Amino acid sequence: MDVSITMTGFVALYVFMLAAFAGWVIIGHVPAILHTPLMSGSNFVHGIVVVGGLYALLNASTVQEQVIGFVAVLLGAGNAAGGFAVTQRMLAMFQTSEPAPAHAHSHAHTHARVHHLKKKS
Amino acid sequence: MLANLPQLIIGLADLAAAFLFLYGLQRMSSPATAPSGILVAGFGMVAAVLASFLYVFSVSAAAQPHLGVNIGLALIALVIGGGLAWLSGKRVAMTAMPQMVALYNGMGGGAAGAIAAVELFGNKTQGATQLLVTLLGALIGAVSLSGSLIAWAKLDGVIKKPVRIKGQQAVNAVAMIAALAVGGVILFVTLGGAPLLLATPTWIYVFFGLALLFGVLMTLPIGGADMPVVISIYNALTGLAVGLEGFVLQNPALMIAGMVVGAAGLLLTLLMAKAMNRSVANVVFTNFGDAPKQVQGAIKGSLRPVEASDAGIAMRYASKVIIVPGYGLAAAQAQQKLYEFVKLLQAARVEVKFAVHPVAGRMPGQMDVLLAEAGVPYDLIFQLEDINDDFAAADVALVIGANDVVNPAARTEKTSPIFGMPILNADKAKQVYVVKRGEGKGYAGIQNALFYGDNCNMVYGDAQAVLVKMIEAVRGLGAAAA
Repeated sequence: MDVSITMTGFVALYVFMLAAFAGWVIIGHVPAILHTPLMSGSNFVHGIVVVGGLYALLNASTVQEQVIGFVAVLLGAGNAAGGFAVTQRMLAMFQTSEPAPAHAHSHAHTHARVHHLKKKS
Repeated sequence: MLANLPQLIIGLADLAAAFLFLYGLQRMSSPATAPSGILVAGFGMVAAVLASFLYVFSVSAAAQPHLGVNIGLALIALVIGGGLAWLSGKRVAMTAMPQMVALYNGMGGGAAGAIAAVELFGNKTQGATQLLVTLLGALIGAVSLSGSLIAWAKLDGVIKKPVRIKGQQAVNAVAMIAALAVGGVILFVTLGGAPLLLATPTWIYVFFGLALLFGVLMTLPIGGADMPVVISIYNALTGLAVGLEGFVLQNPALMIAGMVVGAAGLLLTLLMAKAMNRSVANVVFTNFGDAPKQVQGAIKGSLRPVEASDAGIAMRYASKVIIVPGYGLAAAQAQQKLYEFVKLLQAARVEVKFAVHPVAGRMPGQMDVLLAEAGVPYDLIFQLEDINDDFAAADVALVIGANDVVNPAARTEKTSPIFGMPILNADKAKQVYVVKRGEGKGYAGIQNALFYGDNCNMVYGDAQAVLVKMIEAVRGLGAAAA
């Protein structure tokens, strides 16, 4: 079985095109309230560059390549770890008024209010 | 088959990572599912990183003798780079989030540039296309690295003012053209042309030097108010660089992740520019930030100050209050106090909503995070387009630390620098209270007609101190009644 990956010319362009389109659509659905965690989260996602850094470093055969590869892994790991840490922290802060099922969160508050008023009257 | 096993596992892990990234980002479409989204993406990252150690089974003959050292270096780099960033990410204050994101972003750009450097110095690329893409990724990655670092320095207050030199744009253009020309030389020489003036490795150093210089020059003159756009642009650029290097390394996971982020960054850039009613080119190539403004027509009327306690009590007896928080609120660290006041109002059956402008803060959505940090439930937080019609029915609009985003001049004054910018219609409320430190102008240095309106009163003072007075006044009422 051949498991090697080769992507040339148009295949690469198709991958780029589909990925860009998917990114545009997915990100377009993220509400503005989450734009900061979205940005740090997508920042985390491009931390995958650390994998490329590891490839370069493990294949290094000169001191120069070792040094640059080391820097690549160092920076890539920082990008990934830092991006994850801040995104997770921020997302944990977003709480709703009361425990409610995910799909009803936008109405939960108003319902509770109406209910409350009814009880009062 | 067995010989292919490491390759197979790497391929599967990368495939899984690419899927989990997309799925994780997709789960960010709601605050309820978002925390699981980042976790899912995190699993993908760990899987891909662990699997990449299987590259040791397929290293080139030249690298074979260095394998032990290289594995050691890789582990050290992962632990140091990942560990330091993890700790700083866990500790950073929410107000400092924009510069932190800029820093992490620069790291990603630097990593992409470094990978390209290994390819270039080792002359590992095959064919003109790969070389061209490597150079392009190197250029973008390096620009993103130095540009993000300057953005970090500006946001962190290391660089306090936009730095502008005479003929800035010409200098920028020269740096860019020079970088492209040197890239052309490298392309020419590597593809078999005669050496030109310098040895190829020297040209590569010059190439990276010029790219880094361009990133610095491009970011230095941009004003503080434009930072949300700048951060978004560099996020997109780093994604693009990673995607391009993914092509060079023939790694589809990098290509997909990079391109998705590139598209995301582009979308956010356009949204931010739209929220400021400016084109992206206008942000990057002109110096709006704090350039001198033309003289405006004098605004009639006078500013009417009111006591914080009176404003607080008035809100206690209102039935609908909309709060417009701005960066000044965060600068005064008063979010907690604000929510304490809001809870008092809610206990008195006042309906309270928060109205957030897209550019309230130094990066897209920062105000939402700052409110969430203070404990404000996200179902009380509304965005501009969802709440703007509600102001007309509101008894009170409380503007705290915001200025330009509620300036009606954006609707009417054709000569105003912010004309056409979407604003929050706070002036439509029956009563407006503006909490402000003094009579100064906003970030854009423009007079605000809202403050002179018949329905507006000013509450002067530090946001924190003002809110404490409001809380005391409302609490005092409760005590008197009981």
